[in-house]
Amino acid sequence: MATVPADLRYTKEHEWARREGDHARVGITAYAQEQLGDVVFVELPKVGARVSAMKTFGVVESVKAVSDLYAPLTGEVTAVNESLARKPETVNGDPYGEGWMIVIALANPAEYDGLLDAAAYEKLIAAGGH
Amino acid sequence: MRYIPNTPAQQREMLATIGASSVEDLLGRIPPKARLSRPLAVAPAMAETDLVRQLRAMAGRNAHAEACACFLGGGSYDHAIPSPINHLISRGEFFTAYTPYQPEASQGTLRTIFEYQTMMAELTGMDVANASIYDGGSALAEAMLMAAAVTGRRVVAMSGGVNPLYRQVAETYAEGPDVRIASVPVGDGGTDLDALRRAVTEKTAAVIVQYPNFFGCLEDVRTAGEIAHAAGALLVVAADPVNLGLLTPPGAMGADIAVGEGQGLGVPLGFGGPNLGVFACRMELVRRMPGRLVGQTVDIEGRRGFVLTLQTREQHIRREKATSNICTNVALCALMATIYVAILGKQGLRRVGELSAAKAHYAADALAAVPGVRLRYHAPFFKEFTLELPVSPDRVVKRLLKDRILAGIPLKTFDRAHRSALLVAVTEQRTRGEIDAYAAALARAVA
Amino acid sequence: MATARPPYDKLVFELSAPGRIAHSLPECDVPVGDAAALLPREFLRAAPAELPEVSELDVVRHYSRLSQMNYGVDTHFYPLGSCTMKYNPKVNEDMARLDGFARLHPLTPEAGAQGALQLMWELAQDLAEVAGMDHVSLQPAAGAQGELAGVLMIRAYHLARGERRTKVLVPDSAHGTNPASTALAGYEVVQLRSNEAGEVDLAGLERHLDADVAAFMITQPNTLGMFESRIHQITDLCHARGVQVYMDGANFNAILGITRPGDLGFDVCHFNLHKTFTTPHGGGGPGAGPVGVKAHLAPFLPVPVVVRDETSGVFRLDWKRPQSIGKLQAFWGNFGMLVRAYTYIRTMGPDGLRAVADNAILNANYVLARLQSHYDRSATGYCMHECVVSARRQKRHGVTAMDIAKRLLDLGFYAPSTYFPLIVEEALMIEPTETESRETLDDFCDAMLQIAREAEEDPKLIHDAPVTTPVRRLDQTLAARQPRLRWTPPR
Repeated sequence: MATVPADLRYTKEHEWARREGDHARVGITAYAQEQLGDVVFVELPKVGARVSAMKTFGVVESVKAVSDLYAPLTGEVTAVNESLARKPETVNGDPYGEGWMIVIALANPAEYDGLLDAAAYEKLIAAGGH
Repeated sequence: MRYIPNTPAQQREMLATIGASSVEDLLGRIPPKARLSRPLAVAPAMAETDLVRQLRAMAGRNAHAEACACFLGGGSYDHAIPSPINHLISRGEFFTAYTPYQPEASQGTLRTIFEYQTMMAELTGMDVANASIYDGGSALAEAMLMAAAVTGRRVVAMSGGVNPLYRQVAETYAEGPDVRIASVPVGDGGTDLDALRRAVTEKTAAVIVQYPNFFGCLEDVRTAGEIAHAAGALLVVAADPVNLGLLTPPGAMGADIAVGEGQGLGVPLGFGGPNLGVFACRMELVRRMPGRLVGQTVDIEGRRGFVLTLQTREQHIRREKATSNICTNVALCALMATIYVAILGKQGLRRVGELSAAKAHYAADALAAVPGVRLRYHAPFFKEFTLELPVSPDRVVKRLLKDRILAGIPLKTFDRAHRSALLVAVTEQRTRGEIDAYAAALARAVA
Repeated sequence: MATARPPYDKLVFELSAPGRIAHSLPECDVPVGDAAALLPREFLRAAPAELPEVSELDVVRHYSRLSQMNYGVDTHFYPLGSCTMKYNPKVNEDMARLDGFARLHPLTPEAGAQGALQLMWELAQDLAEVAGMDHVSLQPAAGAQGELAGVLMIRAYHLARGERRTKVLVPDSAHGTNPASTALAGYEVVQLRSNEAGEVDLAGLERHLDADVAAFMITQPNTLGMFESRIHQITDLCHARGVQVYMDGANFNAILGITRPGDLGFDVCHFNLHKTFTTPHGGGGPGAGPVGVKAHLAPFLPVPVVVRDETSGVFRLDWKRPQSIGKLQAFWGNFGMLVRAYTYIRTMGPDGLRAVADNAILNANYVLARLQSHYDRSATGYCMHECVVSARRQKRHGVTAMDIAKRLLDLGFYAPSTYFPLIVEEALMIEPTETESRETLDDFCDAMLQIAREAEEDPKLIHDAPVTTPVRRLDQTLAARQPRLRWTPPR
């Protein structure tokens, strides 16, 4: 069973968000990277881009699969994990840490509370992901 | 039936294993009213000898380049094809294999494609070339769509020097994605650069030029690239790779995407197909590239091996979001080109270009010396040039066909403004004798 | 580990020696032969392209050795489902190489191309008859381009009637090209779920058939190798809503002379000449993907159309078709492939073509009957020209469809298609074709049953496979993470 840290919030599309003041850090879950297999490429937006809750902000690819990345929250991208371009395998190795993808300056912080908590997300993946 | 080996006795045994009494039993899911109740109305089966005789007769009715002196170009060229190519591509292991889905049993195909990608990258001066796509026309159309996807813009500025047949293909491909093609006129043989400057805006996804262009003239590609890049657009260059052994490659002149028709690299004229679509780009754009790519890797014992890679771009994985709908490449034509380039090599390919240019310039002088005939443009040309004739080019072409000379392409087919223009191509295969005979016949025809 | 791998690991660049040549070019017979004297300097390459310098024997031996690293139909049984890897007759090759065809320029005046135009005209007539369609365009270069042409014609048809429909329905079992071609034609793709049996779900179809739907695109027989028996209901339902129905012709081998797309109610279908009509697959193309249409779509056919003047019998290219969708490739089609397909159709005749379908179906059902004790079937009833089985049972022992494919390579067979259609878990899609003998099928089935036993008794043997190929399993992840897409000289 993939780990689901209790201090994060989650989407049905298997992204996580960590609240950092007015910002949130975003990545994909351990479950998501297991399902994908070896990640070979991550396409991320540029700093300054606007992202909207549950709209795509990028793409993550393994050898034989490709998944859209969905923004958990609305706002402006203030940081992008540039190291993933060179070392996409970090997403597999440390999905909740070094494998983070973007940081969003939250336009509507209340959205955070609408995300799944760890228990709800665990229930989701126990049911097969959807 | 020599291609169907099951004997009647075997068919009965097989049906018994299946538990059916006849093949008809196996067709039970097909509704009776859907069944064809008569034999297909196609010609009865022919014995091999009879069929060969009939096809030889049909082939014999064609004015082919073995029987005539061929001065036709316009995207298909009569360059010589060295003998080993046909022998090697005919090996069944190449010829009757399919897409290398099982790489361990397809290293032959994968290695030749890797070599091909290297050769095309080298010739075009680009970072990376794909495993090939259908032909020069569809390659240009795909480049247009790729530029639109990369830039997020919906207009391209296309030079009037681009082969009109390629342009028609691009128009077809532009229909669905709603890309608009803005035309930029040709001046004295080259793209009108002032008009290009006016045509390019912040909405332009790409500037598309051909080099040498449809009329045979060498374009100022560098300036076209500067105009494109100043507006944040890409530069797409269509170029025939057989010329690029001698000519400055698109990559050295600012191209972001280089495409072209590779038929001249050892692929038969074949009445226009199959051809070889060459497609190359800068490395930063590779994930937006259409078509297959072969990459180098290692096997579990550390041995060098090759696989299809970056496949998530493609339709079998990304389906409606793929970079293109293309599934196959033209692997066999790419193999012909690979062997061709290996045979011609570093010196030979340059020499093919030099001989073609030399003979083309001799021919241009000889033909333009015919009273009433002149070169239509002053811009420098390479192996193809446009003549202005005092009489109908159609009539000249018809008349010279009787002398077994394929004189050229009347351009009024493509544009009525070109009604007295004839496009003439000269490859290394043409001899001085053929050129002199052409000039003499032309003099008679226009007299 | 004992293997029969040839110790050959060269690329042509690595055979190069400065100054060595393999070419033979004529002397320059015109007065000025130096490029520097003919062309402005800025157009001449500053440095030569880094191409190989090798001898002719180097070339011949190198590519002969590389060819030996491939499996092909000429050397191995190739049961790659959906690809119809049948025998490619040798006489087809002789005909395609006749000077009058191979050395014919596409822009030869029509008077000098009558033999070629006649061949194209007759082939289009024959394909129209085989499909029960009214017109056929030979121009599309491959199946995917045939799809694009077909969908663009449907789009032009609706627009000509003043209807702006925006969606195309495609089943979840479809080839990936179907949604990709449809999207390229500017449509939103709506995926339809197949029913339990892998067939079109009629109720689901009906629910989705609204006024925005331009077309329904299906494969017949479907990608499970099963004939969609309610096909008339499907086409009637679509037509009642003004929806055009497209048939992906990948599986045409199953129906030759038995039934025709036109008679089933399809408005458009494409052909894969490299599947049904024996043109070679060439390591991944060139294919040829002619597209057939009913009369109401004829105004939209790609230009030019080969026509025959009734009185003079003269053939010509007709460009004056104002409603045409335009061109798909620069010239008229993959003519070399058309010559091969024409040769094949004339060789077979009507009875021969029907025998193709009968024996393709017989062979597929025979394989299915022999395998079903050890592999799960994906559908019930008799299949058509191919069958899809699942390696679900083997997966319990940790052996996947891919593992089975690799083990087959060691046992002397190319592999079936794997993991397609997407709706079948651990799919193995097997298409034996009519050109294989019962003996070959038995050998293949024996190998498949052996692997099923090995999966239970010695899965490691399968996981280690292949061991007899020039390379063993390759690192796909490395290839994608650090793309090396061209050769570079060693430093």
